[in-house]
Amino acid sequence: SIKMHEKRNTKQKNEEKTPKGAVPAYLLDREGQSRAKVLSNMIKQKRKEKAGKWEVPVPKVRAQGETEVLKVIRTGKRKKKAWKRMVTKVCFVGDGFTRKPPKYERFIRPMGLRFKKAHVTHPELKATFCLPILGVKKNPSSPLYTTLGVITKGTVIEVNVSELGLVTQGGKVIWGKYAQVTNNPENDGCINAVLLV
Amino acid sequence: AEPAVPQDMSPDEDVQRLLIQFRDEAGESLGSPFDVPVTITPDKLQLVCNALLQKDEPVPLAFFVHDAEIVVSLDKTLAGQSVETEKVLDIIYQPQAVFRVRAVTRCTSSLEGHTEAVISVAFSPTGKYLASGSGDTTVRFWDLSTETPQFTAKGHRHWVLSIAWSPDGKKLASGCKNSQIFLWDPATGSQIGRVLAGHSKWITWLCWEPLHINPECRYLASASKDGSIRIWDTLMGRCDKILTSHTQSVTCVKWGGDGLLYSSSQDRTIKVWRSQDGVLCRTLQGHAHWVNTMALSTDYVLRTGAFEPAEATINPQDMSGSLVQLKERAQQRYDQVRGPEPERLVSGSDDFTLFLWRPAEDKKPLERMTGHQALINQVLFSPDTRIIASASFDKSIKLWDGRTGKYLTSLRGHVSAVYQIAWSADSRLLVSGSSDSTLKVWDAKTKKLAIDLPGHADEVYATDWSPDGQRVASGGKDKCLRM
Repeated sequence: SIKMHEKRNTKQKNEEKTPKGAVPAYLLDREGQSRAKVLSNMIKQKRKEKAGKWEVPVPKVRAQGETEVLKVIRTGKRKKKAWKRMVTKVCFVGDGFTRKPPKYERFIRPMGLRFKKAHVTHPELKATFCLPILGVKKNPSSPLYTTLGVITKGTVIEVNVSELGLVTQGGKVIWGKYAQVTNNPENDGCINAVLLV
Repeated sequence: AEPAVPQDMSPDEDVQRLLIQFRDEAGESLGSPFDVPVTITPDKLQLVCNALLQKDEPVPLAFFVHDAEIVVSLDKTLAGQSVETEKVLDIIYQPQAVFRVRAVTRCTSSLEGHTEAVISVAFSPTGKYLASGSGDTTVRFWDLSTETPQFTAKGHRHWVLSIAWSPDGKKLASGCKNSQIFLWDPATGSQIGRVLAGHSKWITWLCWEPLHINPECRYLASASKDGSIRIWDTLMGRCDKILTSHTQSVTCVKWGGDGLLYSSSQDRTIKVWRSQDGVLCRTLQGHAHWVNTMALSTDYVLRTGAFEPAEATINPQDMSGSLVQLKERAQQRYDQVRGPEPERLVSGSDDFTLFLWRPAEDKKPLERMTGHQALINQVLFSPDTRIIASASFDKSIKLWDGRTGKYLTSLRGHVSAVYQIAWSADSRLLVSGSSDSTLKVWDAKTKKLAIDLPGHADEVYATDWSPDGQRVASGGKDKCLRM
């Protein structure tokens, strides 16, 4: 009939059709993994661990050159000497940090750019916590920046997670975990990071 | 006639003798210390203890010394421990259930009928009726004596996610993925009252008010993914109270026997409410991920209400007696199981740990139970509240002490995630259903596998043991229900 012909192109709401794949309430918010996928995932993880490659949320980051991160400071009576450098990015210095005698320090880390806390997001819970930083693990641009404690986008830092209450299988409380920085802290004034679970 | 105990002991004069003192679980001593040979067996200890207890019928007892059970004889149990013969040794006795449930050994029938996976299965409190909810939007009632389908209750428009029997066995509530709740009469299979609609997202759990608080079984609590808990008045067919405080989905709600309501949620907290007026009393924090499941120490007795499993007969009967009688019986049973301490609550979570709480008193947990290597799907107290069993996706079931939360043992045998567990009414046997399509019956005493029940073609989603101990029902993805 003509009506059926018209209906052919338009989409009708699927009335009274309950979707297949009924699942009990405790499985509803979880994505099931097919068994084959689990096995292949396990093998892939083992291979990666052997090769030493780690999956991070921000894998590729623009490498920051020295002229960008360090600013030349001229010193001396005639401002001719140019061996001092000042860090222009956000950095982390530890708790017991004391400056070297000013005459001898080569790298200046200004107090205004020193941060102690980071806003860390848990990727599964989608909740953000303000956690104290324990240290800088690796800066992808250069090992020099890692030793200085410079924090730029993509840096892996260690944060104090005792607030979250995570526990190992043996019952020990986890208090330090790695997180990767996801913003440019020198532009925003705060450090945003994602926890590496 | 059994010989009196002292006569038996006189021939063994060259065996080492010890001073023992019987104590009950709370620590009170029974009788005065006396002298026994080290080779004494549990049977003789039982005779002595029953004589001291002066009960009409001898009660089966289990004896523990320094938390190790005396199985063969006292000296074998003490072999690994150094014992001072000068000091008095404390032996703790625990009364066991008088009745024994025999292990289910075989599948008596496979009940087809559902056209989609069976998602929830529940026996009525007396064990007379069996109801199952499924993905084909129907709730089916099954006749247990002939093991055939009895009624099909149609009305839901989406998967029936959770079902709950009222403690008097006269009503069944079922919640679906379209956030509607229906009430059914098991005797006729027809709907009672109106559809209870009000939640905005699917229903995750349903729980009735306990019988000893209200023998009419009027109020029903429902938890939903929208983060609220609604208390419904089933007589009037409308929502009585709405408890909102959780920020994410509420995974489980339990109505305690002391006028408190407990709810666990994906926002990592457990909230304690006063059931009279719906006021939030306490928030229990501590978990690091979603709280999946909760169990109360008095769960089994609240579920069975006035029905006493020890008095079960082969043909399950409806509960008789007026409302007042039922209420009294339920109150007695509740007080007996609960004991002098307040109710205990155990919660299992996605962070692989369990917490033991005393929610009526404290905000801090009694014990954190770690050891699982994957998320915990269900926790259950045994009906005598002595053991806690936790089923997890790491293929194991762990048993913990019900009072202190100490780890007892791991039951391994499943080859994939364990979904649901059920205790037998005498707390001796535990059945577990898993995604590897088998069910396993474990003996809680020997902590070993008793019987393996294969037969399902696909994952087993729901298991239940009838309160009279005669049957186990299980349903799963293969659309058939097995008994």
